[in-house]
Amino acid sequence: MNEKPEKLIDKKGLRLDGRKIDELRPLKLEVGVLPNADGSAYIEHGKNKILVGVFGPREMHPKHLSMADRMVIRCRYHMASFSVPERKSPAPSRREVELGKVIRESLEPSVFNDLYPRTGVDVFIEVLQADGGTRCASITAASLALADAGIPMRDLVVACAAGKVDDQVVLDLMDEEDKLGVADVPVAYMPSLNAITLLQMDGILTPEELEKAINMAMDGCKKIYAMQKEALKTKYMTVKEVEE
Amino acid sequence: MSSLITRVRKLQIAQTIEKGTRLDGRGLMDTREIKIEQGLIQKAEGSARILLGKTQIVVGVKIQAGEPFPDTPNEGVQTVNAELVPLASPTFEPGPPDENSIELARIVDRGIRESKAIDTAKLCIEPGKKVFVVFIDVYVLNHDGNLIDAAALAAMAALLNTKMPNYEIEEGEVKIKQGYTQLPLKSHPITVTIGKIGNTLIVDPILEEEQVMDARITMAINEEGNICAIQKGGSGYFTPQQIVEASKIAQEKAAELRKKLDW
Amino acid sequence: MPTFFEKKQLVTPGELLAEGDYLPGDNTYLEENKVYAQRIGLVDCENKRVNVVALRAFYVPKVGDLVIGAVIEVGFNGWTVDVKSPYTALLRASDVLSRPFKPQNDELSQVLSAGDLIVAKIASYDRAHDPQLTVSEPGLGKITRGQIMRVTPTKIPRVIGKKGSMISMIKQETNCQIILGLNGVILVTGKSPEDEELAITAIRKIEEESHTTGLTDRITQFLKEQKVKPEEKVE
Repeated sequence: MNEKPEKLIDKKGLRLDGRKIDELRPLKLEVGVLPNADGSAYIEHGKNKILVGVFGPREMHPKHLSMADRMVIRCRYHMASFSVPERKSPAPSRREVELGKVIRESLEPSVFNDLYPRTGVDVFIEVLQADGGTRCASITAASLALADAGIPMRDLVVACAAGKVDDQVVLDLMDEEDKLGVADVPVAYMPSLNAITLLQMDGILTPEELEKAINMAMDGCKKIYAMQKEALKTKYMTVKEVEE
Repeated sequence: MSSLITRVRKLQIAQTIEKGTRLDGRGLMDTREIKIEQGLIQKAEGSARILLGKTQIVVGVKIQAGEPFPDTPNEGVQTVNAELVPLASPTFEPGPPDENSIELARIVDRGIRESKAIDTAKLCIEPGKKVFVVFIDVYVLNHDGNLIDAAALAAMAALLNTKMPNYEIEEGEVKIKQGYTQLPLKSHPITVTIGKIGNTLIVDPILEEEQVMDARITMAINEEGNICAIQKGGSGYFTPQQIVEASKIAQEKAAELRKKLDW
Repeated sequence: MPTFFEKKQLVTPGELLAEGDYLPGDNTYLEENKVYAQRIGLVDCENKRVNVVALRAFYVPKVGDLVIGAVIEVGFNGWTVDVKSPYTALLRASDVLSRPFKPQNDELSQVLSAGDLIVAKIASYDRAHDPQLTVSEPGLGKITRGQIMRVTPTKIPRVIGKKGSMISMIKQETNCQIILGLNGVILVTGKSPEDEELAITAIRKIEEESHTTGLTDRITQFLKEQKVKPEEKVE
């Protein structure tokens, strides 16, 4: 059992991992990493390592789950047994089921699902290592995987969390801050449409703090969005200079 | 999870709402009539039944001795489960909890847990070994929309009604004595769910409106007017401005309801 | 009223392409007077119509399209065919057999069975029904030899080239028969496996460099070089 640190932000305003209150953890994004999936992406965000594979649009099995006038998105969020310090049973937990639902609902607004009726798209999220903010990192990668699958979208969905730690609103909580902090506010956002597609909060915040946290999270989202676009372009940019 | 609603009806609902009223005569910010009955299940330590319009939910609270979680060895445990009972709606099927009932349970749980409604520090029997576990079980008996608010209200009402058995430790075993004490509560959170149809926000959506709305946002508010849980749901989205507006509405409605219920 | 891109710029979904008096073309959409990209691709504008040539897309059937597919299953009155599309295609027995179809007498699996490849055309398709295929035109039917390769369907026009210039050149240089399915499946039939490999490599190269200029000449050059030095074949 680790000892709980007394303060999560020190006198110099630095957090346990040395970050300032509005600093993102390091991020790495890669698109098209799974040869068998129709679309895929891999993200490292802080110590989070998450892989997403997308299959579809394709016929749904079982067929009775398909809808006559639209494409159905199914989302499975799953954590590997070794992703957390205490081994987690591979069986889906209630938390994973809820996260599958909210992640799906964060991606649905981005997709033109009336274009392909009677089909389904499966989004499989596998968390290989978790360190706070897995749902946000998952959404960021899942959106890239959907784009990689060639599914027409209104915008990429990007996600980032903010929260309250000690007495300050901070950006991008890591695991200890998530567990020991005062509040955690994950936000998913489509920048071109100014649309929030996921918003949750646990903890206690005044309405003013909530607004501050949402704005901080959206700023984080915008920075990550630029990285998403870069990752997509890198994948599809091929040999630059070709001899004439 | 919806029974069929015709396109014509959907249009009708959307158009009426755009004009500022709803098909059941309510204003955009009006909650349906609420009736709460407590103590109906004598075999439970606490219980409550709510009628929110035609939505009907019964919550039973059972208290048993159990083991604490390793990271909170001296605190009681709270656990919430929700059942979307098949008799409540033609769309509910028997079986293990699906994502809707899991989400419902976890939202209700969050509101109670984050507001520290249950004073879990007072539920310790033997530090590190035995604590009281508070089982909150939500049974949806009729679905006419806004299960979240109804369930959260009924759960809180059931907790207010809950009595813990008196006990003593005899040779390491918990022995139940005569008499009861009220479950120690520190807060009475109230949950408000707001739906979005087109660009209009409405409070307490009825089932038909839920079938038309493209997103909902739920906020749990405590006595100080602070927010202790938020959950956006549905396959639509909110603009940041709409979120701010929703949080103001949630605070107002929570305060209004708090006064009415005298919580 | 402005556009926000350079010709053939690589754009991502949600990227703002133009505002004002513009029409949303391929792989774009219009929202409040603004045109946005729907897919990752190369953007261009023609007569006020903003188009994105998608770099990643799947095939959506269109009536009249030539496609190459694989038989998945023999059913009661026809076959289900995989045309590499979100929708499974159907080929009715009545389309294949020249006489009226009798379920008791005719053994469908003798005609076509699971795993067979066919060249077909999309006979009908709408939002409510899976695509129906036909093989009743000359040049359509079961494939018996050759190699199959797949490219992203959006690259097929590039493989064809202006007025068929690219594909005719490849056929000539490699001595192969090449059938281009609009669903991105390509059949290459040559006199020897080496000729077929050469054609396949050339088409792969086109797929990778499709966004560049002078491609036809470069591929021609590449093929000529490969034929001269057979021992140093590029993999």
